[in-house]
Amino acid sequence: MALKEQFEIPGGLKKWSYALMGVGVLTLILGVVFLHPFSAGHGEGHGAEAYGATKFWMALMHNGIFWLLVVAASFFFISATTLAQAGWPLVFRRVPEAISGGINVLGPIALVILLGYVWISKDHHIYHWKDVEHVKHDEKLLHKSGFLNPMFYTILSVTAVGLWMWFRHSFRKLSLAEDLAQKGERSHYWKSLAIAAAFLVTYGLTVLSTLPWMWLMSIDAHWYSTMYSWYTFASSWVAGISLIMLFVVYLKNQGYLEYVNEEHIHDIGKFMFAFSVFWTYLWFSQFMLIWYSNQPEETAYFVDRLGYGGKGEGIFRGIFLLNLIINFLAPLLILMRRGSKRNYTVVTLMAVIIIFGHWLDFYQMITPGPLKELGKESNSISHFVFSLGVGAGFLGLVIFLTAKHLTKAPLLPKNHPLVKESIIHHT
Amino acid sequence: MSVKKFVVGCFDDEKTLFPAVKNTRKAGYKIHDVYTPFPIHGLDHAMGLRDTSLHTAGFIYAMTGTTTALTFMSWVFTKDWPLNIGGKPHLPLPAFIPIVFELTVLCAAVGMVLTFCYLCQLAPFVTKDHFHLRATDDLFVMPIEVTDKTNVEEVKAFFQNAGAVEVFEKEAETGWWLGRYDKAKKAFEKEEIVTA
Repeated sequence: MALKEQFEIPGGLKKWSYALMGVGVLTLILGVVFLHPFSAGHGEGHGAEAYGATKFWMALMHNGIFWLLVVAASFFFISATTLAQAGWPLVFRRVPEAISGGINVLGPIALVILLGYVWISKDHHIYHWKDVEHVKHDEKLLHKSGFLNPMFYTILSVTAVGLWMWFRHSFRKLSLAEDLAQKGERSHYWKSLAIAAAFLVTYGLTVLSTLPWMWLMSIDAHWYSTMYSWYTFASSWVAGISLIMLFVVYLKNQGYLEYVNEEHIHDIGKFMFAFSVFWTYLWFSQFMLIWYSNQPEETAYFVDRLGYGGKGEGIFRGIFLLNLIINFLAPLLILMRRGSKRNYTVVTLMAVIIIFGHWLDFYQMITPGPLKELGKESNSISHFVFSLGVGAGFLGLVIFLTAKHLTKAPLLPKNHPLVKESIIHHT
Repeated sequence: MSVKKFVVGCFDDEKTLFPAVKNTRKAGYKIHDVYTPFPIHGLDHAMGLRDTSLHTAGFIYAMTGTTTALTFMSWVFTKDWPLNIGGKPHLPLPAFIPIVFELTVLCAAVGMVLTFCYLCQLAPFVTKDHFHLRATDDLFVMPIEVTDKTNVEEVKAFFQNAGAVEVFEKEAETGWWLGRYDKAKKAFEKEEIVTA
């Protein structure tokens, strides 16, 4: 059978990725002009204008962190399935491989944003702990300052992202070398197993624990939750699987990936279903315990999001509840049936909903804390639209990078020992 | 149930069984059932069985559990015996959810196990004819029901062509009866064995 195994970027995809990136760049320029990202914040102007810098950096951090973690989740997917010696994803494994190539660009971008905020921006409403004067009077932040300080933040972030890039690079090199090697050569397989194992440990020590503490939880630095990192991971992981699903379905529609059929789609769909429930489990465990014990220092986090005594907190009450509907109820009820997990239209629709839902989830992790301080005059809807615009730019970048990486290698790793198992896969 | 006549083909490999099942259906014979030592992926599809409705039943049981837990707890804590627990509202939905979840899972699991046993006619002391002593042990056994239109010799020849290691005719009870497999005598009754 003649395989269409070399991907060429269709004009439509290119146009869309450029358009989305254009929207992002335009939004960014508008942001730089109107929000004064490098001003001290409260020094200039009054009311909403005064906190432009906070809003600008918040939108950048939200999208930078979210898209980096989603793209990194693709490599987590490859590593987990490789270490489990799972055969079924091999017919489409070049897709997550290509998506994870985005780490090489999105990683540095996220680092520039985060370190730019920590070192260059004069604003400190997002990370209170970087305001040296404030920390002196704040007992809790003073206690945490051995951990929450710009230097430690920088070292941890750079090390983590650097390690991911290195692991991804080594894995990809082995995967490509395997294509050229003799059939029956097993050394690449065993080496990639070792890389996968080492990466999973690294990922466990970064995304599943320390990085969300530094990047996200330290926004509400007085508050803490032991569930938080897992919760962040679950969010990015299920969005990452949905992104893989979208690209697989797209390539399939374009006539590539001949060997992918409903059986594989069904299994990715199961992952989307299962990890939506997993996300809800963590979300609920975090919420319910805090709600039940009702300690003021713990509930503060949810008061910002859910409101108190019937008074909502701007758009966040709506987002908080919508989050639960589109990230839990919709996947649970729609993806529950076997038929819907095997239906290309349904899974595509659900993948889009899940990615948007978890983008929203990250939005409500990051923004309510700083926005609360800006007071009522801060219009959170305009900030939401700004973040959406920046997000469009990042989405375009992800599409562009993935398409570029897809062209660089054949779509089937034909010398992989498990590839036959994947072709005859039966769910 | 009733006693029917069957032509039984026994295979010793999955690889010969699969094409045999497909060809049997193509030839228009009526497959009574296929007994295998282990679950075989895709065999249900090859036999033309419809998808099980067990999961629909499971969903209904689960919903029963959910509504039972929710209605009972809301009734107890708002109407029957309202208690003030730590100043929580009388209808604390987040606190209900773990119990609602557990009752949902319990009802779904127990209901589905019982339904599965009922559908497969599995119960202590319920015995059925399995056509061959080695069926489900190390032999793949496929009985074909003999109807008015079936030519027995033709079916036997068909089985032998398909690679069966053993072909015989048998009259068997299709329903179940009370008894014990280790004390069964029925399995040893008259069998005409033709070795291929």
